[in-house]
Amino acid sequence: MHITVNAKPHDISAETLAAALVELGFTSAAIATALNGQFVPVPAREATHLTAGDRLEVLAPMQGG
Amino acid sequence: MRVYGTEITLPLFLGTAQYPSPAILQDAILSSQCEVVTVSLRRETAGGTGARFWDMLRATGARILPNTAGCHSVQEAVTTAQMARELFATDWIKLEVIGHGDTLQPDVFALVEAARILATDGFKVFPYMNDDLIVGEKLLEAGCQVLMPWGAPIGSGQGLRNPDALRAMRAHFPDTPLIVDAGIGRPSDAVLAMELGMDAVLLNTAVARAGDPVGMARAMALAVETGRLGFAADPIDRRDMAVPSTPVLGLAELM
Repeated sequence: MHITVNAKPHDISAETLAAALVELGFTSAAIATALNGQFVPVPAREATHLTAGDRLEVLAPMQGG
Repeated sequence: MRVYGTEITLPLFLGTAQYPSPAILQDAILSSQCEVVTVSLRRETAGGTGARFWDMLRATGARILPNTAGCHSVQEAVTTAQMARELFATDWIKLEVIGHGDTLQPDVFALVEAARILATDGFKVFPYMNDDLIVGEKLLEAGCQVLMPWGAPIGSGQGLRNPDALRAMRAHFPDTPLIVDAGIGRPSDAVLAMELGMDAVLLNTAVARAGDPVGMARAMALAVETGRLGFAADPIDRRDMAVPSTPVLGLAELM
């Protein structure tokens, strides 16, 4: 399934957000996710099913002012 | 200063971006003894550098104030705030909704809308705003308990472009914590902000891009303390003409 992850195209076999993060190598606990512009909290990742064309954002702590 | 039920001793909030190295950032936080630092969220990179940065910040003991920097819409800001709340385990959020790419001035209409959504959702919102009294009123109505007017455009180092507007805000919102956010360039700017009765100063570039960030962080810490003491001590009014400070009475006639 083709999805966009942090603005880059990816072809994944995972069907849930939780599985996709593992497949994509996002192993850090210090990440937060949004799917198609909507926040997906950690407890909801397992039950969040992906659809072709989804836009996934994976964010991490960063320096800021 | 007491904000959202939290007592903050040193009225200096420090940004964490643009330092020459993580070690210098850490030293700047520790040397200034600032109690609140701002952070952001960006796309995770390979290798997970975000987690290391987060571990380093936590080691300083400073309270974390995540921002929504770079957001230009209500939805972007609200989603970013929700992600930040989970990631940093805090309901504090420095709400930025940028309205113009060159000036980075806030879109105050979207700001108020986003503030209302977030405050209703339980966030403790620190809104980056201009120095407009009515915008301040709307933000308080939306649920904010602190206001953060700009001193000058972000990163410009121009100091306080409109001290009269900040003075008016102080008079209009006597019981609301006011934090000057953005524009501070030098310690004297921070002194002036505090002498105007602001409750704190938030700055980043002025320290991070200084020749000696650690030294400048310490200077800023002393500056906000100096300004706060000066305001509390009730400065004299300016006069147009000289008034002798040495008593005239008893002056000898020696001509």
